[in-house]
Parts: sequence; structure tokens; C-alpha cells
Amino acid sequence: MKNYTIISLVLAMLASTTLSARELDISITNLTQGIYFTPLLLAAHDNNTHLFEAGNTASANLQAMAEGGDISGLSSDLIAVNANISENPAAGLLPPGNSTTTTINTDAANDYFSLVAMMLPTNDGFVGLDALKLPAKPGTYTYFLNAYDAGTEANDEVINGAGTPGSPGIPADPGANHGSGASGVTTLENNTMVHIHRGNLGDTDPVGGNSDVDSRIHRWLNPIARLVITLK
Amino acid sequence: MNSVIIIKSYRLILLLLILTGLGLSGCNHEKGVAMYQVDLTNLTHQQPLSPLAVILHDQSFRIWNEGMPASEDIERLAEGGDNSMLLQTVTANQSHTATASGSGLILPGHTDSVTISKKYRSNTALTIASMLVNSNDAFTGINAVDVTGIKANEPLTLWAHALDAGTEGNDELAATIPGPAGGGEGYNSNRNDRNIITVHAGIISTDDGLPLSTLDNTHRFDNPVARIVISRLH
Repeated sequence: MKNYTIISLVLAMLASTTLSARELDISITNLTQGIYFTPLLLAAHDNNTHLFEAGNTASANLQAMAEGGDISGLSSDLIAVNANISENPAAGLLPPGNSTTTTINTDAANDYFSLVAMMLPTNDGFVGLDALKLPAKPGTYTYFLNAYDAGTEANDEVINGAGTPGSPGIPADPGANHGSGASGVTTLENNTMVHIHRGNLGDTDPVGGNSDVDSRIHRWLNPIARLVITLK
Repeated sequence: MNSVIIIKSYRLILLLLILTGLGLSGCNHEKGVAMYQVDLTNLTHQQPLSPLAVILHDQSFRIWNEGMPASEDIERLAEGGDNSMLLQTVTANQSHTATASGSGLILPGHTDSVTISKKYRSNTALTIASMLVNSNDAFTGINAVDVTGIKANEPLTLWAHALDAGTEGNDELAATIPGPAGGGEGYNSNRNDRNIITVHAGIISTDDGLPLSTLDNTHRFDNPVARIVISRLH
């Protein structure tokens, strides 16, 4: 009888450290002046999952997101590991200064949170959060997010409609503040790991120069997004 | 049948108690040695980081202060990537310290791992410093971070920004940039800048209109420039 008491005590101790399903109310704000976020992908997942890791090579699906805004591959990766996801809560682009909200109901094991979305106009820039451990206590928590470079494409800053992985160029400037006819800022990607984006260079020449990006509109400094998570 | 179950239960209890005991005693180092592993990842596009200076010390001691002039040791590190004088000075002049040097230059996207340990004290802090070598006097790191609360299996992740040592003007000339983009001079005892440590304003580069700069768009950076993961080994 005594043994059973000890067993139940031990089990109770273990149970107190296990996780339970939770509701996350999420708000994300684009803090840039001139950069659009393509469809966002948000996920609660287990402690083994990473959409990306700074200092590691991007996966093919991360590359597709970062170069063309396509989150379908990463979504499939997340579903395969039983993550709880929210896809495209802004129903398209999230413009500068705008916010969007979403709710994720998490399964017990999914106590880490990640977020990605491509930044336009950039070659392979994305706003990212890699496996934040969700706080144990209910409450409202604010995080500031940085701009990453997937390391998969040279930042030539030529807007030519190219969004498929491996094609040089930027798919679009949704704000239509860009120039054209640029010769290209660079042809090299020196750091081929995921890293902090060095920023757009841009220029002020609407019909030439090195860059189709406008240095007065399309630059940024970190942080580029605010994430507010309310844990029930 | 019951006795078999009970024996198995004893084993289970024993195992669980051992595991639980390990987990709890993991925090208790009062008479032992505290050992930490530091993993620093270079997040820049093209700024190799000089060999790390890693220092455990008492929390009352600071190796630099933003808004104040840099020490000569920090000047040597920030202008030339040389951590040796800093590590020597700390070892010679401060009690209750431990120092370690990184294994070499940390290229962009790469990580260096350093292990450091010293006798446990309840007020231990960690300082790390490293130069962005394609710059005049930019450096990064962490400054006297309290590491006593770090538990085994719960690493602390910090994101480091770039500082300007304030000891050398940011002319970006090949002659004054010691990294591969310049190949110029490292440390020079002349101080021709504001002589206070500040947050770095970034690289301008020839691509952004500094005609004599030896740097181009690839050397520009935004913060954070490094990710630092501090793990308690024991």
C-alpha cells in the first residue's frame, strides 16, 4: 500500500511537468516602412522541429518560401510532425505598418513556436522566429523579430518577376515604388547559411543604377516585426 | 504475480527517484566547479569574427562600458582582432576569473564552441568579445552577463549587436581594415575617433557612396551579428 502511495506521488510529480493543450491568440505587426510580408506561416510544434536555423543551410522548402513566398512545402513539413499551424492569416500580403491576428490551439507536445514569411522586395529575405519556447504561465508576451537571409540567392536587387528557387531576381515590389533597368548589386552569395539579412542597399535611380530597390523606401533595420502571443 | 509487479515497481521508483534526484542536484554546485559551453554563431554576411575572448568573472567587474573610453586591451581586440592582451590582463589583475580563447577566426555562418570553467561562486558573470574584422574597430559580444541562474539542459540564448570601440575613425580604407577586405593595419595606439564605446552605426561601403571605402555591399550588416548559446555542463 505504501509502495502504491510512492508510485502515485512520483507519477503526480511527473504529471505536473507534462504539458497540456493551450490556446494561443497571436497578433503580428509589420514594423517596416516599405517592406511587404508574403503569406505568413505560424506553427506550434515539438522541440525537434525547425523551419530554419541560423548558421545552417536552408531546406528546399525554406528556399521556396524565402525566394518566392511559397509556404506550401513548409506547411507539409509541419503537418508531417503533427504541428498546429496557421497559414496565411492576413489572406495575402501584410503591408508596412499593418497587423493581422490568428488563433492556434496547440496539442500537448507542441510547446515551441515558429513563424516565417518572405519580405518583398528582397531576393531571399524573410521575417523569422525559430522555435521559441512558449512560456509556461498564461499571459501576454511580446517579441520583436528580425530579418533573415536564406543564403540561397545573391542579393542582386533586380526586380524581374523571378520567384522560383534558383532563379536570380526579386518577384515583385507590391508597393510599386521600385525602379527598373538595374545592372545588379552583386552576383555572389558569400554566406550560404541562413543569417541575419544585411539589408537592402537600393539606389535612387528609377531607370538604371545597381538596384531596382529604392534606398529611401525599401531599407530597414531590425526588428522588423512585433509578435504578441496571449497564452490562455 | 503481485510480488513481481511490486519488484518491478521498486525498480521503477528507484529509477524515477534517481532521475529526479539528478535533475534537482543539477542546480547545486556550491562547492564544485562550474563549467560552461559557449556556442557563438556568426550571423553576418561577410564579416569574419576574430578569435573569441571568453571570460568568467565576478559580476562587479566590467571589461567595457558603453559611453566610456575603451581600455587599451579592448582597443587591441576591436582594431586588430587580437584577444591575447585582454586575456592576459584579466588573468593577471583580477581574482576569481577564468579565461579561454576561441579556436580561430569564425567565418560567416559558422559557429565556434568554447568550454570554460572555474570554481563556483554565486556571483559569476560571463563576458565575450570578438572583432568584426572587415571594419575599423567594430566588435561584438556580451558584457558581464549573469550566468549563475543557467541550469543544466536549459541553455541561455542571447543575440549580440555590434559595438564601435570609438578608438579609430570609420574611414573604411584598405590601409586600416585588417580583415580580408582590406589587409591593412590592425591595432594603432592613436585614437582618432570619439573615444567612447557606442553601438555601431554600420558599414557605409563604396556601394553606398563612400568612394574610398575598401568595403562593398556584402560587408554591410544589421543586428544581431551573433547568436550566443550558453550551456551549463556541470
